[in-house]
Amino acid sequence: MTDYILLRHREIPGLNTLEGYRATGGFNALRKVITTMQPDQVTEVVKASGLRGRGGAGFPTGMKWSFIDKKTYPHYVVANADESEPGTFKDREIMESNPFQFLEGVAICAFAVEAKAAYIYLRGEFWQVANSLDEKIAEMEAARLLGDKLFGTDATLRIFTHLGAGAYICGEETAMLESLEGKLGQPRLRPPFPPSYGLYGKPTIVNNVETLTNLPLILDKGAEWYRSFGTDKSPGTKVFSLSGNVNRPGNYELPLGTTFRQLIFEHGGGIPAEHKIKAIMPAGASSSLIIASEEALDTPMDYESVPKVGAQLGSASVIVVDDSVNIAWLLNKTIHFFKHESCGKCTPCREGTYWMLHLTERLTSTSATQADVDLLNSVASQIKGKCLCALGEFSIEAVLSGIERFPQDFPPISNSAS
Amino acid sequence: MLREKYTDEVRRILAKYPADQKRSAVMPLLYLAQREGGYITKGALQEIAEICEITSTEVASIIGFYSLYYDEPAGIYHIQVCTDLPCALRGADEFLQKLCENLGIKVGETTVDGKITVEAVMCLAGCHRAPMFQVQSGDGLVYHEDQTVESAMQLIETLRAKE
Repeated sequence: MTDYILLRHREIPGLNTLEGYRATGGFNALRKVITTMQPDQVTEVVKASGLRGRGGAGFPTGMKWSFIDKKTYPHYVVANADESEPGTFKDREIMESNPFQFLEGVAICAFAVEAKAAYIYLRGEFWQVANSLDEKIAEMEAARLLGDKLFGTDATLRIFTHLGAGAYICGEETAMLESLEGKLGQPRLRPPFPPSYGLYGKPTIVNNVETLTNLPLILDKGAEWYRSFGTDKSPGTKVFSLSGNVNRPGNYELPLGTTFRQLIFEHGGGIPAEHKIKAIMPAGASSSLIIASEEALDTPMDYESVPKVGAQLGSASVIVVDDSVNIAWLLNKTIHFFKHESCGKCTPCREGTYWMLHLTERLTSTSATQADVDLLNSVASQIKGKCLCALGEFSIEAVLSGIERFPQDFPPISNSAS
Repeated sequence: MLREKYTDEVRRILAKYPADQKRSAVMPLLYLAQREGGYITKGALQEIAEICEITSTEVASIIGFYSLYYDEPAGIYHIQVCTDLPCALRGADEFLQKLCENLGIKVGETTVDGKITVEAVMCLAGCHRAPMFQVQSGDGLVYHEDQTVESAMQLIETLRAKE
């Protein structure tokens, strides 16, 4: 039996129905927190569980909640369902197949931070997912699991979906809030952070879908139980989205601390025949490129270990790259994405991604020279540390690491690499 | 117009947000306006500005910023193929090129019958089932995954036959 916390639908048929979800103890945790606990006690349990944000930053969830400003009301919760990082497709599966556990998580978070309204911000392409969630929310309202006087108390909660319209930047939490307010999705200058100044200027907690979906079982079974999975500093399981040159791409829920080798070769079935693994991007297109050495393959995938091989765990969107791929071509692909998605607000990102795109285009042509590589390296280095948000900072991770770690793929190329 | 034709839906959209934050309704209202004809007309833009109590320039800037809104007519169906890195590693570029060849158009163009526009788009969170695309039309957005040129052409013929 696999220890699923998030992808439980894979072993429990009918979990995506209200009846089926309740039959497995669904909403017991919500009932427990609303009828027997104080909001701060819920936050303490989440702190004790060691749960860290699954959107990419890995910030301790309970600690984030404890920053909520208790002098200003109303409070809001915003669920980040904007999942747009190339290589990431975990939140979509959770919302499609285990929607009530996610919605119960949203409700628990709202109770803990004293919010009476929660918005689920989904990327516009998740139109079908949003329609399905709207139906589930209506079912919960009809069953009095949402609305007023929940479980016979004074607790009130309403959940609404809100569709984006095709902008990666809206996954950045302050850009998401701007977008939800009906403005251009561009990041705010921080501080202040959302727990003190968020949606409509009110205290707001923004959490990722996967983070929230962990909550019902943590509150039901306790922090100690949750800590029995994963590592000491990175407790719990994680949904790893595996993609690229691998035989069985897909989502794999595994304990944090599982090695790259286990994910790629045991679960993912290894690399297509006649090729060898060359590089790994553990955090989607925002990731540094790791050389797929034996040491790297044996590295545990947790928040502390991945930096030791020169990358971040991020959203754990593991893109596998085999030896048929030229890294200059790969950089052109990632930069094309970031140039398209740069919101245009800050100069280093807007101009930097534009020039990096031109340079990576030149690097994939026959006229490329060493000077082009040096210039690309220089432009990327000038972007570093100067952007308003993480998008610009992430755009250079693959560029700098690719040039440094795979110099053989850049001009002057002696052989006829593809 | 929108308020007359979709009275209930406009009311339902506005009810999602605090009464003093009508501006938040701009994105769902733009989707509503786009349901007919596949793009947002000048008239709809003006009406949305009135409903949200913002200027029409602000509404126009929203349309320009987000990639799923259109302010001019194109094909009835937008076939939007993801060609980002994970999909490209699984043959998405070749898929897109062959699909366009079969339709006799270039990426970004519309077929002569005015029904199908093919576009290359950014990651759609379907990396494990590439090649994949979404079909955007007035009816909404629908995913099609694990595609071949043959399966895509079959779907396109079905869409063309619809009226």
